Amino acid sequence: MPGLLDIVIIVLKAVFIFGFALTLLPLLIWFERKGSAFIQDRAGPNRAGIFGVRLAGFIHNISDVVKLLMKEMMIPPQVNRTYFMIAPILGFTFILTAFAVIPWADHYVIGGRDISMQVADMNCGILYILAITSLNVFGIVLAGWSSNNKFALMGGLRSTAQMISYEIPLGLAVVGIFMVFQSAQLNEIVRGQGQLLFGFLPRWGVFVQPLGAILFIVAAFAETNRNPFDLPEGESEIVAGYHVEYSGMRFALFYMGEYAAIVLSSAMIATLFFGGWQIPYAPTDTIIAHAALWLKVMLAGGALGGLAFAGLMFAWTKRIRGRFGDMREHEGPILGTLSLLAGVLFTFFFVKSLGLHALPDWGARTVALVAQISAFAVKVLFWCWVFIWVRWSLPRFRYDQLMRLGWKNMIPLAFVNIAVTAVVLVLLKR
Amino acid sequence: MDAILFYILAFLAVAGGLLMVSLKNPLSGAFSLILSLCSLAGLFAMLHAEFVFILQILVYAGAIMVLVIFTIMLLNLKTEELQEAPVGWMRAILTAVLCAAAAFGAIQIFGHVQPQAIQVAPDFGSMETVGRSMLSDFVYPFEVISLILLVAIVGVVLLAKKVI
Repeated sequence: MPGLLDIVIIVLKAVFIFGFALTLLPLLIWFERKGSAFIQDRAGPNRAGIFGVRLAGFIHNISDVVKLLMKEMMIPPQVNRTYFMIAPILGFTFILTAFAVIPWADHYVIGGRDISMQVADMNCGILYILAITSLNVFGIVLAGWSSNNKFALMGGLRSTAQMISYEIPLGLAVVGIFMVFQSAQLNEIVRGQGQLLFGFLPRWGVFVQPLGAILFIVAAFAETNRNPFDLPEGESEIVAGYHVEYSGMRFALFYMGEYAAIVLSSAMIATLFFGGWQIPYAPTDTIIAHAALWLKVMLAGGALGGLAFAGLMFAWTKRIRGRFGDMREHEGPILGTLSLLAGVLFTFFFVKSLGLHALPDWGARTVALVAQISAFAVKVLFWCWVFIWVRWSLPRFRYDQLMRLGWKNMIPLAFVNIAVTAVVLVLLKR
Repeated sequence: MDAILFYILAFLAVAGGLLMVSLKNPLSGAFSLILSLCSLAGLFAMLHAEFVFILQILVYAGAIMVLVIFTIMLLNLKTEELQEAPVGWMRAILTAVLCAAAAFGAIQIFGHVQPQAIQVAPDFGSMETVGRSMLSDFVYPFEVISLILLVAIVGVVLLAKKVI
């Protein structure tokens, strides 16, 4: 029977990873709007504000949430009510459930307790994610069918066909990773990526499985229904696809589910092919051994970042002085002061830490934990950005092109990848 | 704790199965079947057979049921189009008698067997065990099944395509 402390730890871990995924959602939506504006050379959203504070369009998220909460959740008369209500919940729940096996740091040992930094340390973690995301189709299918609308049904059908087609290359691309790292446990796979290849290249999945990485990333784009694979909601063809009849928070659940799926895919790409929480050239033992140095570097980085951002803000304030004549001119000073305070705080701790030469064991491990969580978060954010980048750079596929790519190109390539990996592994073993 | 979970999951599995045969709407039936399959997967997870649990969800709930629902949606049957199946009384009685006979026989044969608590091996249902047994002890049935599936796929393509 697990003790109370174990249960508390598991709950804390679950809260952490859900919090991580959910806080990324508004950030991603902001990323998407500002990123698309940047790519299309527009200004992007900058109107909504609280007393004039606009935070470069970030406040739009808050106004969106308020709008969606206030909005009436229409139930059109022709729909199948039960399924219409269940569908958005299904779509969002399964995605969040899949986060349970994502590891975000190495084992954390404190007080003689070995805590693995993932909610469920399953033996076949990747397969768990594949299984749970395959259930995610039901949300979309049900939404499309229960809406009793031709466009919605078309969107649901397209989405089902697309997702079951691209699940196959997705699963086959992972097989190569199984073979190389001899495990299906996500934490083991990440640990296997900590070594070096030929003495200088980190043994990341993308370097040992380049073809697998490409296939996986492409299939992940298709699984999240993102451009260039966003046929299920192709707005120029079938209005908005499966969620055309939804409004209010039920629509918001689909919208958030899309971004949660992006976070999940980014986390999987980072975990399987880009070293997960591994910092290149610095395995956990190295960080723990040189924890004092790492602490100093991290604090110095925080101090520099804070001061640099403050300087940037103050310079920007000076440049725009008198241009708007409203509250926008106070954003720079406020943000700059906050950032300056953070920078000063970091500098203070940095100066304090200069005298440190060795940290206690728990301290060293905490430094490693923080460093690894940051590395993981940076990788996930990078891949989230790639998702947005691609969406605003590429046109949509035609349906037959989509199917041809999936079945006739990607699946054979995935088989070739498995065969080549097997041959190389056997040759290397001799 | 374990017993409570077991009873919940077992109840859901049986209820899902019953609903599947009794509900009129084909889509509702399909979803009850999914409920049943997922509860069954939960029972496997309670035995610590992680791989079997995942396969149950991935293959049955995730792949096969998606295809079934896809088909139902493609046909897009209206409730009015679904006719009541004519109840053949003779057939019903015959089925009941046969089932009763089978149940009676099963009780006669297995009724005196005392249930024994069997210790499940710690690696029961893990990826390694399943993989090893599939490629060693059961390699012949495994290959035969894949051959049968291949034949089925080729047959379907042959039937569906007019020009090859």
